[in-house]
Amino acid sequence: MTPQSLDLVGIGKSFDGADVLENIDLAIRPGEFLSLVGASGCGKSTLLRIIAGLETPDRGSVAIGGRDVTEADPSDRNIAMVFQSYALYPHMSVRQNIATPLRMRRLPLAARLPVIGRLVPGLGATRREIASAVEDAAEALQIRPLLDRKPAQLSGGQRQRVALARALVRAPAAFLMDEPLSNLDAKLRAHMREELAGLHRRLGATFVYVTHDQIEAMTMSDRVALMEAGRILQLGTPAELYERPASLSVARFIGTPAMNLLPVEIDGAGRISGLGRDLGLEAPQGKRGPATLGLRPEDLRFVANGSPARILRTEHHGADRYVTLEILDRSAPTLTLRQRADEEPIPGADGTVALGFHAGRAHLFGADGARLVLRARRQVAA
Amino acid sequence: MSVLDLALPSAGVPATRRPRAERRMMRRGLMFAAPAALLLLATYIVPLLVLGGFSLTDYKLGAVSTRFIGLDNFVQAFHDPVFRRALANTVLYAVIVIPCGVGLALGVALLVHGRRRSRPFWEIAYFLPVTATLVAMATVWQFLLHPSLGPVNAAIRALGYAPVSFLATPSLMIPTLAVIGIWQVLGFNMVLFLAGLTGIPKDLHEAARLDGAKNPIDRFLTVTWPMLGPTTMFVVVTTSITAFKVFETVAVLTKGGSGSETLLYALYLEGFEYSETGYAAALTLLFLALILILSIWQTLHLDRKVHY
Amino acid sequence: MVAALRRLLPHLLPHLLPHAALALGAGVMLLPFYWMVLTSIRPPAEIFNVSLWPIPESFAGLANYARAASQAPMARFMLNGVIVCAGILVVQVLTAVPAAYALAKLKFPGRRLLLTLVIAALCVPIQALALPLFVGLAKAQLLNTYFAQMAPFFLSVFAIFLFRQSFRSYPDEVIEAARLDGFTEMEICWGLVMRGSLPALAAFSVFSIVAHWNDLYWPMIVVSDTALAPPPLGMLLFSDAESGADYGALMAGAAIVTAPMVLCFLIARRHFIAGITMTGVK
Ligand SMILES: Nc1ncnc2c1ncn2[C@@H]1O[C@H](COP(=O)(O)OP(=O)(O)OP(=O)(O)O)[C@@H](O)[C@H]1O
Ligand SMILES: [Mg+2]
Repeated sequence: MTPQSLDLVGIGKSFDGADVLENIDLAIRPGEFLSLVGASGCGKSTLLRIIAGLETPDRGSVAIGGRDVTEADPSDRNIAMVFQSYALYPHMSVRQNIATPLRMRRLPLAARLPVIGRLVPGLGATRREIASAVEDAAEALQIRPLLDRKPAQLSGGQRQRVALARALVRAPAAFLMDEPLSNLDAKLRAHMREELAGLHRRLGATFVYVTHDQIEAMTMSDRVALMEAGRILQLGTPAELYERPASLSVARFIGTPAMNLLPVEIDGAGRISGLGRDLGLEAPQGKRGPATLGLRPEDLRFVANGSPARILRTEHHGADRYVTLEILDRSAPTLTLRQRADEEPIPGADGTVALGFHAGRAHLFGADGARLVLRARRQVAA
Repeated sequence: MSVLDLALPSAGVPATRRPRAERRMMRRGLMFAAPAALLLLATYIVPLLVLGGFSLTDYKLGAVSTRFIGLDNFVQAFHDPVFRRALANTVLYAVIVIPCGVGLALGVALLVHGRRRSRPFWEIAYFLPVTATLVAMATVWQFLLHPSLGPVNAAIRALGYAPVSFLATPSLMIPTLAVIGIWQVLGFNMVLFLAGLTGIPKDLHEAARLDGAKNPIDRFLTVTWPMLGPTTMFVVVTTSITAFKVFETVAVLTKGGSGSETLLYALYLEGFEYSETGYAAALTLLFLALILILSIWQTLHLDRKVHY
Repeated sequence: MVAALRRLLPHLLPHLLPHAALALGAGVMLLPFYWMVLTSIRPPAEIFNVSLWPIPESFAGLANYARAASQAPMARFMLNGVIVCAGILVVQVLTAVPAAYALAKLKFPGRRLLLTLVIAALCVPIQALALPLFVGLAKAQLLNTYFAQMAPFFLSVFAIFLFRQSFRSYPDEVIEAARLDGFTEMEICWGLVMRGSLPALAAFSVFSIVAHWNDLYWPMIVVSDTALAPPPLGMLLFSDAESGADYGALMAGAAIVTAPMVLCFLIARRHFIAGITMTGVK
């Protein structure tokens, strides 16, 4: 089956009077890997379940491949979903688990009944097709040796693969995944991340992937939709989200360690001052007042004559080093600086250093949190 | 080690040296367990031994002499038309009550499980017979089924048939008792099934819907029924035990008349009305063997019925 | 209008159908209760009126209940029931709790044996023990006493088993700390461990009271004196004596006997269901 587009228009949903989703518009392209990220409780799962048809939206419409399916039963949407708990049928062998979606679609009800179903004649060819499709799916995920086990006899990673095999055996219009890796340990998670990305490349299918782990979202996705409190804050490629966060919330959420945020002041001429000095940056006209300056940890530098700061702590992360600093004499928050481990820190007298930043990569957010255009007068500011 | 060790604190403690604290804990343990152990001895172990003894004699309560007669009582039981009839009646009763009491309860539980707001109401309606005193309700049933005064027969007459005397026609007695048995056990089983249904992860039903199980029958066969397997086994065994112990309805409604004795009622008559103690003891052992087979299985699964 | 209904029907039907089926079943389940109450307020003259109409032509509830109370000592039956149930429950708890505590938290010789015996005894129904217990009580001249009605149930192996399961999850450190603080073992058992298992106690109490309030078999064996009969036996004696057609009084009697448990159930539904379904050994 060719990959299908998913189109959500004006989706709204509330539970017991509390709005969980407000007016969500989302156009997912055929064959795209789209991640939904956001803090716990922001409505990611609900949105996914609305696409699957497991919840009905209060407002708005859902279309799959251009066909409106808002009222359609989940079984009629040809959507595959991988649940966080995997939702494997515990009483069935792996083989039967993977075969279930095909049996439901290709065999009549009578033939699906236990015991007597076997007696329904004339389905031998269909049954053989199903069996070979199951073998193929198992082959694709390298679980053929496990086909005759029960889910209880599998490890977490193996269950994950069985759930994937059950999803891909019937070539669905789209794959939906709700935090499929969150039950795995860190190493296996990294491995499955690669496998999922590889699977997406091989199948070329539409993937919608829910996670609260931004690393998963940033590494696998074509595009990321960042959600907060039932709304999509920003939709874009991982690079766009990282390099041009549309708002303070996005900036806060994306990036580890988090972006450093400094309170600054914009004067009438658009000059920006913070840390008690003019920072050499300019904001658009007419935006005077308090604002926030965002600096990625890797955009902070030790410079010859910058703001004096003291090193509080240094963390070693293999290739990188995170340095936590405190600006002297200021009530500014502590800052985190990231540098390559082979760079030497520049120790100043009595442990203090001078701190600057890459002005061209600074981000400015107005009092309402929206991104403002920033112009630098110098390359490195202090 | 005999049970007496439990009752007599000093007897079971070896004379070897042990830390003081451990000895003190041992003494306390024995003290705490002693009342229960004594009662266990007095109300379970001794009676069972005495029962076994009785069954090998022709003992009659109040009789002057008693003889040891070996297994004669058991031999007699299998030639006793009353006992054989009681056994047959009880089996017939169980064969009606078990499938209907389990099947209907499952059906009701499936329907009640889906209701959100009205669920407490249905739970009450179906569970009420479980709490009601069966003797009193049996009297009500007697009236309900009365050939001339009861509404059931009024309905039958209104449909143009002749009234049926459910509790006087020999072939209808056991089935009628069975219907009352189903009425009584249904709510109990329903609650057990509801607990089982609550234990099925919601994910599985949703996965089945996405897998194409649009039809409720498909979802039932793919998820609900297999997942309820252990619950169903437990309910079947529990219902069997209840069915084999049927007594109250017989005592109120038929008094074992017209060949409607059940096991327990026959046993009651032999042991307490006719004072055939020895013979009744043999019947009791047969009854106990039947119940034990069922309840050992049940006890092995006791953990799953502790849910509150 | 019709078109709207036709459009709505496919949506409504899946909601209506289960309710209809449940209502039908509930009608059958509740019919005996309804008939009992209805008959108990109808005058004897209306006995041939088989209609289910809820309002009798003339209200005779008072007369029926008064007749039931005068023909049989209903109040006495109730009192007997209360005495027997309370006596059984108190002794059961007093003996089972320390034993369960010892089995769960103390080490002593014979512990495994006792536990095995308790679990084995769970499989033995009272009906199997009735005969030797009856002979013993008869020999001791104790038939027709409250003691005879209660004695076989003083030990509840089910209570021991249930409380032990519940006590086992109580943290050992707290018990040890309490010992260091100078609590006696009794205080620990009742004041700490039992206090932490009150839901189990509530559930067991419901189970015990319902089981013994409704029990007929044992009272029928050891009680022949009407003045000592608990409600089920009293009801049986009453209905046997009432061979005439005074169904009004009979149903009033049945209502009186059934009412306490039904009312308790309606008040504490959750506890009741938990208590009764904890065990298949009704
Ligand atoms: N069936 C429901 N009934 C009532 N409230 C619900 C229901 N499902 C979800 N909610 C509420 O909707 C909000 C969004 O839930 P949702 O599961 O979509 O969050 P999420 O983003 O997936 O969070 P997480 O990362 O923790 O899985 C939550 O506040 C939740 O409490
Ligand atoms: Mg979620």
